[in-house]
Amino acid sequence: MTIAHEAPDGATGPQAPVLRLRGITKHFGALVANDDVSLELERGEVLGLLGENGAGKSTLVSVLFGHYVADAGSIEVFEQPLPPGQPKAALAAGIGMVHQHFTLADNLSVLDNILIGTETLWQPFSRRRGAREKLARTATQFGLAVDPDARVADLSVGERQRVEILKALYRGARILILDEPTAVLTPQESQALFSTLRTLVADGLSILFISHKLDEVLAACRRVAVLRQGRLVAVREAASTSKAELAELMVGRRVEAAQRDNAGPSVAAGPLLAVVNLAAGAKLKRAQFSVARGEIFGIAGVSGNGQAELADVLCGLLAPVRGEIRVDGRTLAGTPHAFIEAGFGRVPEDRAAVGVIGDLSIWENAVAERYRDRAFSHLGWLDRTQAKVRAARIVAQFDVRCSGLDAPARSMSGGNVQKLILGRALISEPSVIVANQPTWGLDIGAVSYVHSQLLAARSRGAAIVLLSEDLDELFAIADRIAVMFHGTLSEARTCWSVGDIGLAMAGAEAAQA
Amino acid sequence: MRLEQRTHTPYAVAIAAPVCAVAFTLLLCAALIVWAGAPVGRAYIVLFDGAFGSRFAIGETLTRATPLILTGLAAAVAFRARFYNIGAEGQLYLGALAAVAIGGGGFAAPSVVLFPLMIAAGMAAGAMWLLVPALAKSRLGVDEVVTTLLLNFVALLFVSMMLDGPMKDPTAMGWPQSVAIVSDLEFGKLLERSRVHSGLIFAVVLAVALWVVNARTTFGYEMRAVGANARAARFAGIAVDRVMLKTALLSGALAGLAGVGEVAGRAGYLTLDMSPGYGYSGIVIAMLASLNPLGVVLAAIFVAGVIVGADSMSRVIGVPSYLADVIVAISLLSMLVATMLTRYKLRWS
Repeated sequence: MTIAHEAPDGATGPQAPVLRLRGITKHFGALVANDDVSLELERGEVLGLLGENGAGKSTLVSVLFGHYVADAGSIEVFEQPLPPGQPKAALAAGIGMVHQHFTLADNLSVLDNILIGTETLWQPFSRRRGAREKLARTATQFGLAVDPDARVADLSVGERQRVEILKALYRGARILILDEPTAVLTPQESQALFSTLRTLVADGLSILFISHKLDEVLAACRRVAVLRQGRLVAVREAASTSKAELAELMVGRRVEAAQRDNAGPSVAAGPLLAVVNLAAGAKLKRAQFSVARGEIFGIAGVSGNGQAELADVLCGLLAPVRGEIRVDGRTLAGTPHAFIEAGFGRVPEDRAAVGVIGDLSIWENAVAERYRDRAFSHLGWLDRTQAKVRAARIVAQFDVRCSGLDAPARSMSGGNVQKLILGRALISEPSVIVANQPTWGLDIGAVSYVHSQLLAARSRGAAIVLLSEDLDELFAIADRIAVMFHGTLSEARTCWSVGDIGLAMAGAEAAQA
Repeated sequence: MRLEQRTHTPYAVAIAAPVCAVAFTLLLCAALIVWAGAPVGRAYIVLFDGAFGSRFAIGETLTRATPLILTGLAAAVAFRARFYNIGAEGQLYLGALAAVAIGGGGFAAPSVVLFPLMIAAGMAAGAMWLLVPALAKSRLGVDEVVTTLLLNFVALLFVSMMLDGPMKDPTAMGWPQSVAIVSDLEFGKLLERSRVHSGLIFAVVLAVALWVVNARTTFGYEMRAVGANARAARFAGIAVDRVMLKTALLSGALAGLAGVGEVAGRAGYLTLDMSPGYGYSGIVIAMLASLNPLGVVLAAIFVAGVIVGADSMSRVIGVPSYLADVIVAISLLSMLVATMLTRYKLRWS
């Protein structure tokens, strides 16, 4: 029996939801991660779970999956109560989870990966023939074709995700939870995923689709539940809501997108930053581009194609194997310190592990790049007064919310850490800015703040390199965009269609060349 | 029972933690004293009396504490920057050997020149012994725990060779021991009729100085930054390798100074049984003090008191003096738990 996900009203009669959360409440110390969340997932629907970082999505899923025990509330799966705190019970009840970061062993075949953990330890040989047949059946049933003997390392990211979904289905999941499933996909792969999801729900599965991307939630889901600060603030039919309404529900206020001013880059003055024939590390094969004053140069690409290496070279962390970096015609090489001295402002990808030193205080982090300047140290003594003055200026000017300058940096939220890093880089008005995934994981308000700061730096005449996996971000603020694939950077274009850039991210252009 | 991270640590908790740790240790060890067939209350009174009860007792405790403060600082400084120097024992012996080489009467120079030279030589010897492990770590990624630990044995064998060979005291009737430090170069006594020497002042002043360096100087800032997060420190432009090397040299120099103090302040000449593991105890002391230089002074006095007091306890009521080792070990474990509880809260569910 199958039910189309656009079930006509009343035609099939009222049906009990497959999953019912009742009054789930979860505290962490003073923080209320989930506050009385009640939610129902119906049979054959994709339900979007929308919320900013820290809104409580992950906590809710962890409670559902038995990783956390809720302080209050109950869960029913297929009308049976689910015992709390038992991941095995959740699996047995038919809940399958596809994590944002895949949990596959690269060196094993697809079949082996799917078999891992499904067989008992005591059985001397694995029953591969039966498993192979069952896998083939599952794959045809849901239209998820994958070669069972392929090594996972040889698969594309989209294919790996299919393996993850297959793995859950193989174990008999009837309810799938997808955590930010499109974060690692190209636009085309995302479309393919959405059509897979439609096949799955047509077969009677139910899907909880977790995301903070509004477009995707609207494209993939029938209903959308919005979480804000741990509370369920609204459930909307996707057909009768809009991006703007969802954004407002998610943030709790209207959000103005940052606007690029009309002044174009001052190309006439010649490029400020030139990267010539650069290769570095194992992954970066060839990058060549130049950035003018007042220009944001975007670098798109699926994660792991060499962007991290390029960013490391541009931050002075990694010495190039070949090629060079020129600023204003002068070749630049050496340590991070040399790059800072040359006027680079840098925003690293991993803000918690690389951007700040969590155990040091906020003021100490605020001067981390500048503590040797004459303003902050005299003959080896740190001038704490001046350092705190600088820190206070950054905190005030860049709207960093913290409990005091002496608080450790790790006590701040991700968005405020990013504001501190941004402030530290921008307060000395750098001529070149390298920002790697500067808005990753930030809430909408912080994203638009970061964008407005980068745009302000652009208006001031800085040359900005923006590496991002978020195409919307690049389309919104970059002047030109180039695509990184397999370590090679494409030609930059001022104008891309989503289709073309998706193809380039999947290597189509590299294949033509 | 679950642990929950504290958003901040109240002062009361921070102060109560070490007190509770010590109380808990004494409680546990009471069982051992009962097992040894001695009255618990009396045993602890004798222990305390033997450690702090008289001028002589205090003198002995402080004499013991002097090298422990220095090796404790050596460990605290290095560990703070995540350089795990386990080789303070070897560095201590080499420092002592260098002190004897300068101060053993081989040079005819005024003691105003020789005394600082002797101290500098001891510190340099300890520092140089850490140079190779530090470079091997920064250049080749060789684990310093292994190299510094194993170099202890090399150092001890080297000292043994010197004491049986070129540096042997010809008048020692065949015992492997060095010549004595000339009396002009010996550290002055601080207390009449005790063995407390001016090395204690060196040690305490250095502890205060290191606390100031840690908190107020760019070098202290660099050490803390590298220790807390080397990747982020490197990103911010700190020359991580150079900071690591400087820290290692400082740590080795402090351990070397401990050796100078022992030979020129207490023993007078160098033998192979001069240190009952001061270098290793330094690690315990640094951990007891949560790597705080001022805390190291207190922790060293505590450990020295336990050792000295346990000796007297064994003499008076026959509880084996091994109890000292047990007390120190258990207090380290309870201190580690107590430190954790200053950062986390226990919740019963």
